[in-house]
Amino acid sequence: MAFQVSLGETNVADLTATKIGIRNLNFFYGGFQGLRDITLNIPEKQVTAFIGPSGCGKSTLLRTLNRMYSLYPGQRAEGEIVINGTNVLNPKQDLNALRGQVGMVFQKPTPFPMSIYDNIAFGVKLYENLSKSEMTDRVEWALRKAALWNEAKDKLNQSGLSLSGGQQQRLCIARGIAVKPEVLLLDEPTSALDPISTARIEELVSELRSDYTIVMVTHNMQQAARVSQHTAYMYLGELIEFTPTAQIFVKPRDKRTEDYITGRFG
Amino acid sequence: MSDTSLATPDNPIYRRRVWVNRFNLVMSVGTMLFGMTFLLWILFALFSKGLAAFGPAMFTQMTPPPGSDGGLANAIFGSLMIVGAAIFVATPIGILAGIYLAEVDRTSWVAKTTRFVNDILLSAPSIVIGLFVYTLIVANVKHYSGWAGAVALAIIAVPVVVRTTETMLLLVPNSMREAAVALGAPQWRVVTMVTLKAVKGGIVTGVLLALARISGETAPLLFTSLNNQFWSTDMNAPMANLPVVIFQFAMSPYEEWQRLAWAGALLITLAVLLLNIVARTLFRQKHQ
Repeated sequence: MAFQVSLGETNVADLTATKIGIRNLNFFYGGFQGLRDITLNIPEKQVTAFIGPSGCGKSTLLRTLNRMYSLYPGQRAEGEIVINGTNVLNPKQDLNALRGQVGMVFQKPTPFPMSIYDNIAFGVKLYENLSKSEMTDRVEWALRKAALWNEAKDKLNQSGLSLSGGQQQRLCIARGIAVKPEVLLLDEPTSALDPISTARIEELVSELRSDYTIVMVTHNMQQAARVSQHTAYMYLGELIEFTPTAQIFVKPRDKRTEDYITGRFG
Repeated sequence: MSDTSLATPDNPIYRRRVWVNRFNLVMSVGTMLFGMTFLLWILFALFSKGLAAFGPAMFTQMTPPPGSDGGLANAIFGSLMIVGAAIFVATPIGILAGIYLAEVDRTSWVAKTTRFVNDILLSAPSIVIGLFVYTLIVANVKHYSGWAGAVALAIIAVPVVVRTTETMLLLVPNSMREAAVALGAPQWRVVTMVTLKAVKGGIVTGVLLALARISGETAPLLFTSLNNQFWSTDMNAPMANLPVVIFQFAMSPYEEWQRLAWAGALLITLAVLLLNIVARTLFRQKHQ
């Protein structure tokens, strides 16, 4: 797999600093190996997309970045994931602190059963003791960032579940950025949404790129092409190709990538 | 093969299905009516016999000596005290154990054993629990008491609360837990702020159902609280309670006592019915 290492290096050297360095990552669901020797540098303050057919390991890879898999006893990772100079796969890593730095938004909107205001305050309260007015400011800031303020400002005390699907997903993004993470992981954030809501989320992702390193799993190749700067194509747990998005869709280096993006399979 | 639809009324396969459907519908409606008949019969009997002694005197007068009129005030108060104390103890234990089984540890041998023992307790005959508390408390302190009754009822209520709490928490989608964990929330925050909140209504329902279950239990109270003819607020002494009074009065040859037993039975039934209706209404609001 030497070509992957060299690819990763060339990619990072020409553009920006690396935010997340993944080296020789193997991942196991019990006896099944879900990821094979992944080496990849995720650039800072850019959008990186993981694409590939179902079951290729793109969500698995995303879930290693905030150690979400550690919730499940049978799952383990080997290798290194370096964020801000620390290998977060270290068993001694403080997981709550890691997840404060690396936020995550899931496929299905998951508003908590509380008001819109409290949905956002919940995460903030884990790290900061804010006064009532500071908290109100933070809630407004997060909702504005997530382009939800105009729709939600008059019903902050209503349940988060009263919002539409697309609004709920933006609430989840607002909730994620309210705790001021450095990295935002998006796991197929628009797959449960209609085209208009999808477009809004994509716009939002493009805007958030200036402040956050964003890693996004998507099933939708047009989406990867629209919002990401770098794209990783994965297949059967392996990283096949990682290049600037502009290049991968025009001139893929690997035959398997080409087959996938031209719709020959997957 | 013709192009016409096969779903015509004279297609034998289709006709057979129509008949099977009719047969099953008749059977299920029939069994429903069979069950309902007995339920309504019980209610009818309770109302027709219980209303005779049902009135304000029931709540103000004590249980009478044989041959005179009276009420059930001491038994109603005793039942409220014993059942109240039991549910007060059982609710936190049951909810915490349910949280353990659903949120902390689902698969280890501790969890599996707890779940198994809880299932046994859930179906244990209540008379066995009465005897157990008798040997544990009554035989040791050498007298019956309201507290012993409360302990016995609490033992019956705990497994009900454990089971409903666990079942309700398991209904919370894992994505909700992951979303809270992804913000960096420690487990106790995830449980108290997110998952418990999501199924609050269901857990309250479980507690109310446990309350309904223990408020009619007679056997365990016969061995523990026994009875008391007089007004008593001392939980350390034998205490009157509705189920035992009903048992004693209904078995007696005195007409006044029998009338009071029916009135008491009607009162318990109405109370349980009310609890169930409240529980179900709460649950429905939660799941709209």
